[in-house]
Amino acid sequence: MFSLTGTVMIVDFFQGSVRYMTPIMLTALGLLIAERSGVINIGIEGTMLVGAFTGFAVASVTGSLWIGMLLAILAGVLVNLIFAYAVISLRAPQVVVGTAINILCLGITGFLFRGLFTGAKVIGPVSIPTFQKFPIPLLSSIPFLGEIFFNQNIIVYMSLVAVLVIHYVLFRSAVGIKIIAVGEHPRAAESLGISVLKVRYLSVMFSGAMAGLGGAFLTIAHANTFVENMTSGRGFIALAVSIMGRRTPIGVFLGGLLFGGANALQLRIQSLGLEIAYDLILMIPYIFTIIAVTIFSRNQIDAPSSLGVPYEKS
Amino acid sequence: MKIIEMQNICKAFGDTKANKDVCFDLQKGEIHALLGENGAGKTTLMNILYGLYCSDAGQISIKGSHRSIRSPRDSIALGIGMVHQHFMLIPQLTVTQNIFLGLQKETGFHLDLPKLEKTVAEYIRRFGFHINPKSPVWKLPVGLQQKVEILKALIRNVDILILDEPTAVLTPHESEELFSSLKEMTKEGYSIILITHKMYEVMEHSDRVTVMRQGEVVGTVQTKETDKEQLAAMMIGKKLEKPDARQNISLQDTILSVEHLSVKNNNKLPAIRDLSFHVSGGEILGIAGVDGNGQVELGEALTSLRKAESGSVIRIKDQDLTNADPGTLIDIKVSNITEDRQRKGLVMDFTAADNLILGSQRKKRFSKGVFINRPLVNSHAQELMESYDIRPRKIGIPAKSFSGGNQQKIILAREMTREPELIIALQPTRGLDIGATNFVWNQLMLKRNEGKAVLLISTDLDEIYRLSDRIAVIYEGRFTGIVSPDTSAEEIGLMMSGVENASTSEQGGTA
Repeated sequence: MFSLTGTVMIVDFFQGSVRYMTPIMLTALGLLIAERSGVINIGIEGTMLVGAFTGFAVASVTGSLWIGMLLAILAGVLVNLIFAYAVISLRAPQVVVGTAINILCLGITGFLFRGLFTGAKVIGPVSIPTFQKFPIPLLSSIPFLGEIFFNQNIIVYMSLVAVLVIHYVLFRSAVGIKIIAVGEHPRAAESLGISVLKVRYLSVMFSGAMAGLGGAFLTIAHANTFVENMTSGRGFIALAVSIMGRRTPIGVFLGGLLFGGANALQLRIQSLGLEIAYDLILMIPYIFTIIAVTIFSRNQIDAPSSLGVPYEKS
Repeated sequence: MKIIEMQNICKAFGDTKANKDVCFDLQKGEIHALLGENGAGKTTLMNILYGLYCSDAGQISIKGSHRSIRSPRDSIALGIGMVHQHFMLIPQLTVTQNIFLGLQKETGFHLDLPKLEKTVAEYIRRFGFHINPKSPVWKLPVGLQQKVEILKALIRNVDILILDEPTAVLTPHESEELFSSLKEMTKEGYSIILITHKMYEVMEHSDRVTVMRQGEVVGTVQTKETDKEQLAAMMIGKKLEKPDARQNISLQDTILSVEHLSVKNNNKLPAIRDLSFHVSGGEILGIAGVDGNGQVELGEALTSLRKAESGSVIRIKDQDLTNADPGTLIDIKVSNITEDRQRKGLVMDFTAADNLILGSQRKKRFSKGVFINRPLVNSHAQELMESYDIRPRKIGIPAKSFSGGNQQKIILAREMTREPELIIALQPTRGLDIGATNFVWNQLMLKRNEGKAVLLISTDLDEIYRLSDRIAVIYEGRFTGIVSPDTSAEEIGLMMSGVENASTSEQGGTA
């Protein structure tokens, strides 16, 4: 009897980990593509937040989670397009623009949420339905793993498929070597007729789509509403996961699982009802981030050589 | 048959005219050398042909019809490939991935690597190269990396190949191999443009030569109908001034004495191993050797830019200066002419005036309290620009706006006005044209004749022979010998490849 509850608890724990991992992993998968192309985007936290709000707002107004998801992805692309224009076309410093994007997105989402969904006149309900668990036939009956990975909602499955697809595109396709070439040696890429600007724009826009979806997960597949600044640093954690996973999809998957685990652990500890201030327990995933980044970024020999360096055509 | 004809090409970068009314043509199946000093405009001209730069004026005909080439994509489509001096390879990708990079139309979205590797292997066999198509490029020696570059062009079906200083990074053996491959290729109908400043390569391996000087074509001649002297005269345009004569002066006290010095390189591997030597006032000690045998590390250790490992001692005039603060070295009059002027010699964004007092900014004469005495710094700069003939004579523009030769003159002016007792010069003329090179040589000889000590570290054997009173040869961080400058180049060449010189005495050939 005890061992059964034990197993249930462990499965429950890992299922939770995968759920917490999903928004971070989706975002990190996009980031790794942008970073491979040579662009580092601190503003991804803001992109996620816009995705979260757009997903919620559209789902609330239209009543369709799917339309909410689609527009969240588009909104993510749009935010990153602003970023891309500033850092790629205008060659503005990437960290500065990223920071500005974060502040902008935090302000806009908070302002719109308060204006449109609180007070006397609202444009839609503040509470929305969410994507429910959808067990995949056969796969979900695999003992242990089935429950953890294949009894989840649709966006979780999308993120798992994305790991495989991005792995294939990055390492086994003509597009992948273009992205790597542009991040390592843009001038060489240009000399072979590859447009550095185009590859970077598309990579950053793809990253926006992924972060938009990752953010939307928080509202339309997890919580059933929007809260100001509800990403609370997940974008930064995604940046850390991308570095930790050495900018490979498989690495990002494993790194994401680790952070998902840290978050699930934090919730479990809170529910134990220990006499510790809950703020301290909330810190666990962030402390994890700091330690992991310190360890894994010490030896950044695998970082793209032109990461963060604007490209100027001669 | 003229396969390429370039007419009246003009190209300016800001105020400098890199190409002035340049005409150039290439015959099918020939090796055509484009000869000139650094900055003569050879690479600019070829970058225009390859579509990396747009010309301001002029016309290009390829295979008989006028073409406008706006990007490398255009030139590749016209059958023109270029192997750049700095390789355009992605170290992280494999040979095959590098070769098919940017060929999505041909490969499709999916990279069928086994199939592509087979194609590459066929090309490798056909041209007699020895490369593993699966190997990541960073694992290959430079000689093979260059062949990957050539394969990259060949697989794009080019029949015209531009090679920019292809032997700059090759050993003599690799160079010979390259040229025999090129000769084979011309027999198959390929046409080759060889950008170079090495006279020997031109005479041995080209069919025709076009000489450029200061952005203009001086002339085009058949290689068989010319000789080195004529080409040199065309290249330089004027008779060279003779370097200042070596005066017979008696040796002064030992200024620099290095004992059992060991230094590590950036990868924490030993770069200098238990090295001992000394330099006296009134002599130039030249350290010869193939690049990468510890020269940079030695220079940096002597100027305190790199840590000397424990147990080794550097003394300058009986002061122990192992790992001393670089400021202390300046105070006791050690001057440093670096090999990397853009990173170690100058602050590129500072003005010429500021660069000219760099390191002396705390000195009383240049300061007014905590502030810099601007009028004095400016008049100081004005004076130095006159006496060292630094052009343009604008003290207020940043160092990066000067040409390489004038940047080096700024460094020289600054370091020489410190009235050094010891000058450490590491590759002081790398990348300079003949005029500027001569200027540097004269300055070093002048200081020697004044009784100062000069340590010259150079991979240019000609430079070593011209200036040195004694020649030390460095190989893998050790000296294989210290000999007199009367020693033959063959003998020194052997020492550079690691053969110890038996007749070496501690004093070398000072007598």
